[in-house]
Amino acid sequence: MAIHIIDRRLNPGGKSLENRQRFLRRAKSLVQGAVKKTSQERDIKDVLEGGEVTIPLDGMHEPRFRREGGTRDMVLPGNKKFIEGDYLQRQGQGSAKDSGPGEGDSEDAFRFVLSRDEFVDLFLDDLELPDLAKRKIAQTESEGIQRAGYTTSGSPANISVSRTVKLALARRIALKRPRKEEIEELEAAIAACTDEDERAELVAELERLKAKSKRIPFIDPLDIRYRRFEMVPKPVAQAVMFCLMDVSGSMSEHMKDLAKRFYMLLYVFLKRRYKHVEIVFIRHTDRAEEVDEQTFFYGPASGGTLVSSALQAMHEIVRERFNPSDWNIYAAQASDGDNSYSDGELTGLLLTEKILPVCQFFAYLEVGESGGSAFDLSDSSLWTLYERLRNGGAPLSMRKVSERSEIFPVFHDLFQRRETAQEKAAP
Amino acid sequence: MTERLFEGADWDFRTLQRITDACEEVALKDLGLDVYPNQIEVITAEQMLDAYSSVGMPLFYKHWSFGKHFAFHEASYRKGLMGLAYEIVINSSPCISYLMEENTATMQTLVIAHAAFGHNHFFKNNYLFKQWTDAEGILDYLDFAKNYVMQCEERYGRIEVERTLDAAHALMSHGIDRYPGKKKLDLRAEEKRAGRRRQHEEEVFNDLWRTVPAGKSKSRSTLSIERRRKLLGLPQENLLYFLEKSAPRLAPWQRELLRIVRHIAQYFYPQSQTKVMNEGTATYVHYRIMTRLHQQGRITDGNFLEFLGSHTNVVFQPEFDDQRFSGFNPYALGFAVMQDIERIVANPEDEDREWFPDIAGKGDVMGVLRDVWANYRDESFIGQFLSPKLMRHFRMFHLHDDPEERAGIRVDAIHDERGFRRVRRELARQHDVGFIDANIEVVDVDLSGDRRLILHHHVIKGSQLNETDAKRVLQHLADLWTYDVALIEVDGNDKVLREYVVSPRPIPAAVA
Repeated sequence: MAIHIIDRRLNPGGKSLENRQRFLRRAKSLVQGAVKKTSQERDIKDVLEGGEVTIPLDGMHEPRFRREGGTRDMVLPGNKKFIEGDYLQRQGQGSAKDSGPGEGDSEDAFRFVLSRDEFVDLFLDDLELPDLAKRKIAQTESEGIQRAGYTTSGSPANISVSRTVKLALARRIALKRPRKEEIEELEAAIAACTDEDERAELVAELERLKAKSKRIPFIDPLDIRYRRFEMVPKPVAQAVMFCLMDVSGSMSEHMKDLAKRFYMLLYVFLKRRYKHVEIVFIRHTDRAEEVDEQTFFYGPASGGTLVSSALQAMHEIVRERFNPSDWNIYAAQASDGDNSYSDGELTGLLLTEKILPVCQFFAYLEVGESGGSAFDLSDSSLWTLYERLRNGGAPLSMRKVSERSEIFPVFHDLFQRRETAQEKAAP
Repeated sequence: MTERLFEGADWDFRTLQRITDACEEVALKDLGLDVYPNQIEVITAEQMLDAYSSVGMPLFYKHWSFGKHFAFHEASYRKGLMGLAYEIVINSSPCISYLMEENTATMQTLVIAHAAFGHNHFFKNNYLFKQWTDAEGILDYLDFAKNYVMQCEERYGRIEVERTLDAAHALMSHGIDRYPGKKKLDLRAEEKRAGRRRQHEEEVFNDLWRTVPAGKSKSRSTLSIERRRKLLGLPQENLLYFLEKSAPRLAPWQRELLRIVRHIAQYFYPQSQTKVMNEGTATYVHYRIMTRLHQQGRITDGNFLEFLGSHTNVVFQPEFDDQRFSGFNPYALGFAVMQDIERIVANPEDEDREWFPDIAGKGDVMGVLRDVWANYRDESFIGQFLSPKLMRHFRMFHLHDDPEERAGIRVDAIHDERGFRRVRRELARQHDVGFIDANIEVVDVDLSGDRRLILHHHVIKGSQLNETDAKRVLQHLADLWTYDVALIEVDGNDKVLREYVVSPRPIPAAVA
């Protein structure tokens, strides 16, 4: 008897991946709730790491006809002291009732592990970028190759054998090229023929066929076809994200941390929607400069506060490097709300005239010390200014944040899918 | 002295080949087993988890519930809450055994002896498997099922297919023919038949027929109840079969899906009836083969001790008051009875001669065992071969728990002369699928009225259906039937205990 021993270990894994995806799709709303709950308890670094979530098993239940209750008989091993007719005390209120909820508990909550991608997917799933209309074909990464039928000329590497043979066959049939069997048949007939006249006739016929098959080649250059390829422009949407932050002395580490968290979320989010995302960091005191990430978050700086300087810098960078017709521009500004009183006018003007018209989205995040009671006292100067602009119709999003745990809800709130809002905006 | 099969714990594929050859020699010559050709596959832990989630089969159609099981198993495996099985074996020809790669050489030997010879012999020879399963066709049929489900998803939409499969799965435990009479399944023919039917449909399709005005529906005078029940083949306990044949508004592909789920349920039906015997046989066989290999000097004393360690774990039976107790361990019970039969056949005592006159002292151990393996299922096996000696060994006792009884749970019988037969009967009954699954059957359809489907649940010993689950299952049933469904729970005296009525959810227009 033949015995086959097969090594399956190298077979591709993830055989049940599709089942898993189906399960997640089905449990989507539940898992999403769980993901959000989990993410609030996590640090930003870990938030997108995936991990274990627990969902209620409600919609995931697979019902069966199950029986319960009634009189039960059971045979058990390990009798030590019982004899026939003994009575055992029930534990609590009858064992039947005990086991019911017990089983239920283990079934009710369902724990499993999500991968990083699944986690991010679900985490960002109900979010949407505002105003995706302006997608431009970028200069780079735009040409794609695509099959486009057949052509009569091309490089030998692109010969389409099947198409060529097909055409050759059609041509041979159309021109009645003698088949190999026909010639062989004729030759056999000649060999078998005894009558001289008939033989000569047959030989002549054979000659004619041979000449014809020479005239009509098996494959003619006419038949040859090449696969044709076309260059197709592929739309690649690209985005740039401006991070503006006040780094003047009044911004504490905590505030910067809040801002950083927000920027990271925004980056992850944009990264999922656009193939190509650039980030520009602009920090400002009373003057603005474009810096790298390290300096942005950790570099020391001091001075007064002039928000308009940052806006001016952003405006210049946009003009120089990011043509608004080619780029989707997103900007998020973080500040504690301080601004020189005299700067308000200029800031407002820059924002409404220069910045907002080219931006897809502009968010202002006012960060405060944890505890955050200061917010209740009075609005900061920047907040007051922006609020006035917003009431005047400027497309600004603004939120106040003072605790880490608020970052996620605020972020969610900003990007939540708003069908009703869009409908309102449409007419 | 014979050459050792392996040294230490390492193995490679040549070792596996040597092990299998050695096991085969013992299995065929010494034990006289008769097995399907073997196919042994080495897999990783992840692949084992994959196999877990699709009920151990190498291929299966796609459904979210398998993803759920996979997620669950994976989570508990990662946390270390659950170990994985050493092997999975599939009742097919060739008989496929999956071995985990991390097993030691000794474990691989044990597993090969257990699965590739023990289970394999049982699958090939037990009457239930012969009657209900088609080992040659199962893999092809699963392949067909997988493709068919996929095609349906393409044609009719994933949601629709999922809805039908959900409903079918809910009724799976009641999609089984319990009594033979129909011809044996031929899964290959089944697959061809489905293909032909589809082809025929496509060939004869003519859109004109749809536009032909239907005549006035003939109102037949009400059929007599007897006639009606006969026409519909009632009473019918195979709910899936009934729906497949009689549900008025199912699309052909939905019927085919029900059929697939039904066939798969039927394929697994013998396994649920022979857990104790199947595992007992496999355990007995591996024990014999390993002992023999050790006697022959093919495995070292150290490796044999390692084997004994695992073997003892497998056949460990905690007592009822032990924390680890969760019912009878089928391995322990099955193995113990098999060994006991061996003892009775070879060296019976007086008691055994009295209890087992047919086999006591017969001498031919393997002959008797092979006969037992071929012709019994758990219920009859325990009912006949559980000996008083074994009941004493396990110190079995029978509890009767009547909620009405205020005094508590009564000890009805113990392992003494008065109790042997009662304990044995009760244990056998615990292994009778007839008592394990709820007895539900279709009894009538109100053809002249609102087409309500009427089911009866015959309540045994006052054990009624769990309400939430019953409602959910009935909802699925009503969705397939597309009219109201009533389930009536009746006790032995036809007294109605409870009645459920469920209406179908509105079907989206897509189902025509």
